[in-house]
Amino acid sequence: MGIIAIGIQRQNRLKILVIMNSTIQLQVNGKKHTLAVDPATPLLYVLRDQLALNGPKYGCGLQQCGACMVLLNGKAEPSCLVPVAAVKDKDIITLEGLVRPDNTLHPVQEAFVEEQAAQCGYCMNGMVISAVALLNEKSQPSDAEIRAGLQRALCRCGTQSRIIKAVKKAAAKQQGK
Amino acid sequence: MNRRNFLKNTGCLAIGFTISGSFIDVPAPMFQDLPQSLKRHPNINAWLEVLANGQIRIFTGKLELGQGIGTAIAQVAAEELDFPIKNVEVVLADTARTPDEGYTVGSGSIEQSAMAVRYAAAAARQKLLVLASQQFNIPVDQLTITDGKICTLSGDRVFTFHQLLNGKQLTDNVQAPVALKPKDKYKLVGKAIPRNELNHMVRGEAYYVQDLRFPGMVYASIVRPPAYEAKLLKFDEKALQKTNPGVLKTVVNGSFVGIIAKEEYQAIKAQRWLQQNSKWSAGAKLPAARDLITYLKSLPEQPDEPSIKGTLPGKDAAWIKAQYFKPYHMHASIGPSCAVAIYDNGQLHVWSHSQGIYPLRNSLSKLLQLPTEKIHVTGVPGSGCYGHNGADDVAADVALLAMAYPGKHIKLQWTRADEHAWEPYGSAMIMEAAAVLDSAGNITSWKYDLWSDTHSIRPGGEANNLIAAQSIATPLKAKPGHGGGAARNSEPYYTIPNQLITAHIVQGPLRASALRSLGAYANIFAIESFMDELAEKAGKDPFAFRLAHLADERAKAVIRKVQELTANISLPANTGLGIAFSRYKNTASYCAVAAKVFAEPAKGIIQVQKMWAAIDSGEVINTDGVINQTEGGLIQSASWTLLEQVKYDAQHITSRDWVSYPIMRFNEVPEVEVVVLDQPNEKAMGAGEAAQGPASAAIANAVYKACGKRIRHLPMLENLMKS
Repeated sequence: MGIIAIGIQRQNRLKILVIMNSTIQLQVNGKKHTLAVDPATPLLYVLRDQLALNGPKYGCGLQQCGACMVLLNGKAEPSCLVPVAAVKDKDIITLEGLVRPDNTLHPVQEAFVEEQAAQCGYCMNGMVISAVALLNEKSQPSDAEIRAGLQRALCRCGTQSRIIKAVKKAAAKQQGK
Repeated sequence: MNRRNFLKNTGCLAIGFTISGSFIDVPAPMFQDLPQSLKRHPNINAWLEVLANGQIRIFTGKLELGQGIGTAIAQVAAEELDFPIKNVEVVLADTARTPDEGYTVGSGSIEQSAMAVRYAAAAARQKLLVLASQQFNIPVDQLTITDGKICTLSGDRVFTFHQLLNGKQLTDNVQAPVALKPKDKYKLVGKAIPRNELNHMVRGEAYYVQDLRFPGMVYASIVRPPAYEAKLLKFDEKALQKTNPGVLKTVVNGSFVGIIAKEEYQAIKAQRWLQQNSKWSAGAKLPAARDLITYLKSLPEQPDEPSIKGTLPGKDAAWIKAQYFKPYHMHASIGPSCAVAIYDNGQLHVWSHSQGIYPLRNSLSKLLQLPTEKIHVTGVPGSGCYGHNGADDVAADVALLAMAYPGKHIKLQWTRADEHAWEPYGSAMIMEAAAVLDSAGNITSWKYDLWSDTHSIRPGGEANNLIAAQSIATPLKAKPGHGGGAARNSEPYYTIPNQLITAHIVQGPLRASALRSLGAYANIFAIESFMDELAEKAGKDPFAFRLAHLADERAKAVIRKVQELTANISLPANTGLGIAFSRYKNTASYCAVAAKVFAEPAKGIIQVQKMWAAIDSGEVINTDGVINQTEGGLIQSASWTLLEQVKYDAQHITSRDWVSYPIMRFNEVPEVEVVVLDQPNEKAMGAGEAAQGPASAAIANAVYKACGKRIRHLPMLENLMKS
């Protein structure tokens, strides 16, 4: 357990606030990180602000939109509410972690680019992560299964039809390998 | 002169443009009316720079909103200069670098920015060839440009642009007529060039304003009043500090309350604490108990000139009448608005996804009493906005905080509830249509009344309409918006001899501004639903009835295309096909839409199974861009039409998340098919707002065909049982 002291200067008095921060180990994209963090902090803020990852996005903070999806032990889960302390034993993969060591794209990422399955692209993280999890479970999903697999992720630009095509294409690519 | 001063000078001078005297003698390719953006910034260098590394850099005053404008602009520049598109860099809106092109709105970026770049690049090409001819003593007609290099026709001599300019830039003004590349020589324009930014997005590279990080950056949150116009009475700052570790400063300016914290989650927790532990006055009550239609019609109206054609018959004529309604809709961006700012050494730098960074700079200048020269606004893409969302407001919020807490980059990410409750909505609208048919089933008279709030309270360089400006200790009074957008597409595009169209502009209960297509969505929903109702009365087929009332061949062509696309579909029980048409703004893109819908009113089910669109946006720059925008327009409109309405109680907005303001999810999304009718010799027009209106009416018309229920009030699912 680490202790961090923050001084706040107010009216010439130095007030010391003491925050109890835990040292938490996180396994993110295949790397172990040791972080001093308030254990109640939702995973999303740790990934974005402490690990400088851009993949998971803030969308609602309510687990309603899917913008913040990450893979937790291979399953797509929102990261905006789950306390970081609750995922310290999990294997966490973000959008960045899908890129192969040789810098080539994961077949799902590749398919999203090929199908140009985005407008603003803000939802793309949740879509790609959900699709990867779906294809891990079911290599050749039907249309209905693709829709069900992506149901948690919202897109406002209306690119869902392209996203469905991209997931189908990714399934075909993975089958071909 | 540095770039900034150069732009300032050209930006501030009203440079008139005269067609040179020699114009008459020169065989111009066609009459060229240069885009307004180019008339205001006629210098080639305002749009184009030649770089030492072999690239060219193009400047646009427009922002990438997900519409793919960066790619379209790169295409036209690369095309005119025969330059490899991979070596074209596009710099988006920045007050220190790019031309002032106002707002990125109204489907105007292709017509303005892309066309300005086209002419500037074409003028650059001509100038480069002349310079090469002079420098190397080769006749111009012996020179050409291939793969981004100037070469002799024989190919024995090759120069790069940079070698030729030797570090200088092209500073001539673009003057009409400009010889443009013949369209039959196009290699890039009109093609589906992929958007390169997707490669970055898909890897999770920093792309959005939300992804900006600076050393020592701190995080902020804003505590809004519990109601419009509520004033802060008190809160215990000491208790806030004590219970919320990490809070660095609370900024209280009148009823504007901001919190700055070391970590993002600390700022969020402090916001929640303060929302629970602060006292506010009651504020303005919302008319939640009243029927919104009755209420809006009871409000005082801004005087407006009706639009009149011919003479209408009296009340005794056989008027067919119908009333339609559209509630308040949200922009509902997936990423709530966000901005970053730092005030340091007397300079304020703001990073914003605003649609108008130059107007925002002026607005901030007035809000903060800081000269515009001291303010630098950099446009950075955010989540898709679909119009005037919270982008300007969050930028103003964070600017106020930056001024109060100098020397640090401050990031302000609005929460979902902040955005849902405070963004300016697309106004609720009432549309009352009436028409008279002659014995042959032709519409002879048309009367149309609409009631609506404004469709634009964009700050427009003033500070008044920023939320923060209305909350600070010396608050500014909100300025009434422009009424014009409400009447967009209120005039039918059909040939009808006698018409009376009246817009009743009122000030409704909720904060309202520009949402994609403005009034066109609701007006086309009403007009095109009504056209089907009239077709039925006239005993005509909906396709034939529309075609009979149209004179414009391009309008007929999109309708016929949709007819062809849907000619052989099967329609089982409870399934209907509906169509609709409009020409956006009556001057821009033509779009016809068909929807195949399954409807079962007893079970409250409407399933939009498939939608087709045929679109004519004139000359197409990027085919996939037009298709993507149209597909998205269909799906977004299906969501608006079936599901969406902003809800409120007497105190404030109650639609504060995705449960209380549902939008379409994957299980409801229709299949979509879009056909683009390219018109290479017609003017290029934006395509982003053409589909929304006809999509809504096509669904309504299909629901009627499927189950006999005519739903005139939106959202459809809620009103399915009532009708």
